[in-house]
Amino acid sequence: MKKYLPLAVLVLALACVAATFLPQRNRGAFDLAAFGRLPVLADGRIKPLDTIARTGLLMIQGRQRLVAADGKTSVSPEEWLLDVFYRPEVSDGYPCFRIDNADVLSLFSLTAASGQVRFSFSQLQAGLQDLDHQAELASAVEAPVRSAFQRAVIELRDHVEYYQRLKFSAQAPDGADLFATLKDAAALKAARPGFEAMDTFSPLRLIPPSRAGGRTDEWRNAGRALLAASSPAEVDPQVRAYAALGKAWRGFQPEAFNPVVRALGDELTERFNPAMRRCALEDLFNRAEPFYTSLVLYVAAFLLAAASWLKWPDSLGRSAFYVMGVAFALATAGILSRMWLEGRPPVTNLYSSALFIGWGSVALCLVLEQIHRNAVASAAGSLIGFGTLVIAHHLSLSGDTMEMMRAVLDSNFWLSTHVVTVTAGYASTFLAGFLAIIYILRGVLTRSLDRATADALTRMVYGIVCFATFFSFIGTVLGGIWADQSWGRFWGWDPKENGALIIVLWNAVILHCRWAGIVKQRGLMALAVFGNIVTSWSWFGTNMLGVGLHSYGFTNAAFYGLIAFVASQLALIALSAVPQDKWRSLRP
Amino acid sequence: MKSAWSRIVALFTSLRLTVVLLVLSILLVFAATLDQVHLGVWGVQEKYFRSFFVYARISGTNVSVPIFPAGYLLGWVLLINLMAAHFYRFRFGWRKCGIWLTHAGLILLLIGEGLSGMMQQDNQMRIDVGQTRRYTESFRETELAVTNTANPGFDEVVSIPFERLDQPEPIQHPKMPFAVRTVAYYPNASMRMRSQLSNPPPAVATAGDGTGMVVQPLPVTYKDNENNWPTAYIELVGPEGSLGTYLVSTMLVEPQVLSFQGRSWSLVLRPKRDYLPFAVTLKKFTHDVYPGTDIPKDFASTIHLKSDDGQADREVRIYMNNPLRYGGRAFYQAGYDNNDRTSVLQVVRNPSWQIPYLSCAMIAVGLVIEFSMHLFGFFSRRKTEPEAVMS
Repeated sequence: MKKYLPLAVLVLALACVAATFLPQRNRGAFDLAAFGRLPVLADGRIKPLDTIARTGLLMIQGRQRLVAADGKTSVSPEEWLLDVFYRPEVSDGYPCFRIDNADVLSLFSLTAASGQVRFSFSQLQAGLQDLDHQAELASAVEAPVRSAFQRAVIELRDHVEYYQRLKFSAQAPDGADLFATLKDAAALKAARPGFEAMDTFSPLRLIPPSRAGGRTDEWRNAGRALLAASSPAEVDPQVRAYAALGKAWRGFQPEAFNPVVRALGDELTERFNPAMRRCALEDLFNRAEPFYTSLVLYVAAFLLAAASWLKWPDSLGRSAFYVMGVAFALATAGILSRMWLEGRPPVTNLYSSALFIGWGSVALCLVLEQIHRNAVASAAGSLIGFGTLVIAHHLSLSGDTMEMMRAVLDSNFWLSTHVVTVTAGYASTFLAGFLAIIYILRGVLTRSLDRATADALTRMVYGIVCFATFFSFIGTVLGGIWADQSWGRFWGWDPKENGALIIVLWNAVILHCRWAGIVKQRGLMALAVFGNIVTSWSWFGTNMLGVGLHSYGFTNAAFYGLIAFVASQLALIALSAVPQDKWRSLRP
Repeated sequence: MKSAWSRIVALFTSLRLTVVLLVLSILLVFAATLDQVHLGVWGVQEKYFRSFFVYARISGTNVSVPIFPAGYLLGWVLLINLMAAHFYRFRFGWRKCGIWLTHAGLILLLIGEGLSGMMQQDNQMRIDVGQTRRYTESFRETELAVTNTANPGFDEVVSIPFERLDQPEPIQHPKMPFAVRTVAYYPNASMRMRSQLSNPPPAVATAGDGTGMVVQPLPVTYKDNENNWPTAYIELVGPEGSLGTYLVSTMLVEPQVLSFQGRSWSLVLRPKRDYLPFAVTLKKFTHDVYPGTDIPKDFASTIHLKSDDGQADREVRIYMNNPLRYGGRAFYQAGYDNNDRTSVLQVVRNPSWQIPYLSCAMIAVGLVIEFSMHLFGFFSRRKTEPEAVMS
C-alpha cells in the first residue's frame, strides 16, 4: 500500500485538474456559455464578456459567486451581466456591493445586521447623492494621506458608477423594447437621446467593425452604432442581435436566445478568428481557474510533506513532490496562457509578479527536492506557492489583471529581462527565507531535524542565497539600464529601486557574514529569515509610500498584512536565538 | 608604530568592516526611502547620498549635528575596504578570479556613480510644434542673463549663476559697462501686486517691472510637484552711480529692458541655458492612447536635427524607450503640454554614462564564475562522497 501511495496521489491530483477543464454545462435552458464567449473591447483590449462579468463582480463584491437577495438562488456571472444589460430592475436587487466601512454604511442609514457586508443597488439608491458629495470631498485629499473612510467612499462611488455605466451597454435602461424600436423609423428617431446616453456612458465597445480585420479602435459601443443608423435598414446587424438577445432574455425565451447567441458567435469567429481564439481560451481560463486549483494542491502538498517528517518519509515525501509538481504544471499553464493572451512577458504588474514569484520558487524547489529528497524543499515550495497565490487573489480584486501597459513600460524586451530577473531575485530570496523557517521550526519545536538534514538545509539556503544575490543584482542593474535608456539616468533613488538595492545588499551581507565566519548555521538561518522582511518591503512596502515611478498597484489592506508578516518573521528570528541546548533537535 | 599600522591594515582589510558598511548602507537607503514622502527625491539625494554625513537639527535650536554616515562617506570607506582587502589579503589565482572580477566591477561602479554625480547635467527642452530650439534649460539651476541687444545680428549675453548673487561683492565683467550688486536674495519667493494690498510696504525696486510688486520670501521646497521661484533685487551701478534697483525673478518671464550709454540691454532671471552646436526643430508630436481608455500607449516627437558644421541634417523620431544620442547628449521623450502642441524632452549630458554598463557586465560575469565554481564543487563532492552529502 505504502509503495503505491505516491502513484495514487498523483493520479488523484491529475483527476482534480482534469475535472476543472470539463466543458461547462449550462445549468438552465439558456446557452450562457456562448454568451460569455462573445468578444468586447474594454480597457484597451478585446476580451470575452465572461471576463467583464467576472472581473466586474470581483471588483464590486470581492468574489465571483453571487447570491440573490433571497439568500438561496445563486446567480452565475453571465446571468448577472445579462440582467445588468437587459433587466436592470432585477440586477438592482442583487446584493452585490461590498461595504466594510461602518461609517460608509451609515451614509445610507444601513447597518451591518447579522454580519451582512453586501448590499443591493436599490438599498443604496437613496444615499447616492450623499455618497457623491463625500467622494468629491475625499478626492480633494491627496491619495497617500486619505483616511479609511475617504478611501472607502471613493471606492464605493467608483463601483456604483461602473455598475451604472454597464447598464447602458446593450440598450438604454429605460425599459423600452429596443428590438421593436429598431424596426420603426419614427421610434428609432425618438429614441436618439437614449442612444446618446449609451454612447456617453457605456465602458464596453460591444460592436466590432463591420469589415473583417478592422482596426481595434474601430470597435464601437452600441450607442455609437445606433446613432450612426438613420433608418431601420442601416442598423448594424450586431446591434440588432444584441437587441434580440435582450428581448429573449426579458421574455424568458431560451428558444429565441440560443440560436441568436450561437449565430453571433459563429459569425464573429469567422471574421475575427485570432481575437475569438483568444476569447475562447480566456473563457476556458476563467472557468477552469487554474490558479485556484493549484492553490488547493499546494496546501495538499504541504500537508503531505509535513506528514512525511513524522511517518513514511519516502512515500509521503514522494507524494508531496508529485502533488507540488502537478500544481506547478498547472500554474505554468496558467502563466503561459496569460502570456499568450496579453502578448507580454510573464510579469507586467503586481498581480503577475505574485504569480511569478510563486512559480519561480516552486521551480527551484522541484530541483532542490530532486537533489535532497527530504521533503523540505517540497514543504517550502508549496508554502510559498500557496502564499503567493493568496496574495495574487487579493490583488485581483481591483479589476482586470491583464491591463494595458503604460507607454514607458511598453517594452517587451525590458519587461522580459529586468522585471523577470528581479522577480526571480525576489522568489529566491523568499525561498531561502522559507527554508530557514523550516530549519528553525523543526529544530526548536520538533525532534525531527537530524544533523544530516540540518546540514543539507544549510547547503540549500547558502546555494539559494548565492542564486538570489545573482538574480537580484542582475535584475536591479537591468532596471538601471532600462532607466538609462528611457530617461537618461542609471540610478534615481526611486523607492522601488532602493528596495531592490536593499535586497542585493542584504544578500551580500549574508554571504560576507558566512565567509567571515561571523555566522554559523543558526545565524545563517536567522539572516535568511530577515531576507523575507527585506523582500516583502521591496515588493509591497515601497508601493505603499505612494511616491516614485513604481507606485502602481497601491493597496491598503496589504499594509496590515505586511505588518503582520514582518512581526511573524521577527518572532521566528527571536525563536532561532533560543539557546541551542533548549532546542528539541540538534542538542549539543 | 608597526603594530598601530598593522591594526589599521587589519581594520580596513577586514570582512567584518565590509559587513558593517553594508548594513549601514542598507539602513541609509531605507531611511532615505522613507524620507522621500516628505523631502522628495531631490532633497533626499542631497541629504543622504551627496554628502558625508546625514545631519539632524536639534529641536528648538538652529544647530545641526551629524547623526549618520551618508553616501559619500560610506562609498569611500567601502572603496578603501575593497581595495585594501584585495591588496593585502587576496592572492591572485584562477580560483579567485570570479571574486576579483566582481569586486573590480563594484569599484568601477562606485567610481562611475561618483563621476555621474559630479558631471551629469540634467536639462530639458520645451518645444512647440514648428519651433526651432538651439539650447536646453536646466531643471534646477538659474542664471541672471544680462544681454546686450544693440547688435541686430546677434546678442551678447553675460550669464551670472543665481547662487553668485548670494555674495555681497558686486559683479563686474568686461562685457558689462555696469556692475551688478545684490540688494536682496531669495532662493524661493512669491510675488503680489502692490495695488492689491491694502497696506503695502515701501517699494524696494526703483526701476523696471518690479516697482509695482511686493516679494514674500518662502522656504526652499524639495517636493517633486512644487517649484522654487528664485528671486532677487539687484542694483546696477555705473561709473556715475546707481542706474536703479531691479526686481528679477523666474516668475517674471519677459526680459526687462534698459538703455545705457546709448545701447540697449535686457535683464532676465531664467533657467540656466546650455547652447547646442546644432538646431532642433519639432516637426510633429503624437500622443496615442489605447482605444477606449486614457492609458497612454506612446508619445513620440519627430524632430529635424541640423548641425552647425553641416554634418547632420536629418529627421529623427524620439519616443518612449528610444532616445536620440547626439553631440554628447541624450534626448528623451519626457512629457507633453498645451494639448499635445508642446513636447518636453529631457536632455542629459553625462560623459561617464557607459561606466555602469561595463562595471555591471564585469560583476555579472564574476558572479557567474564564482557561483558556478561553488555549484560544480558541490556536485563533484556529491559524486565522490554521496553518503556525506545526501541526507
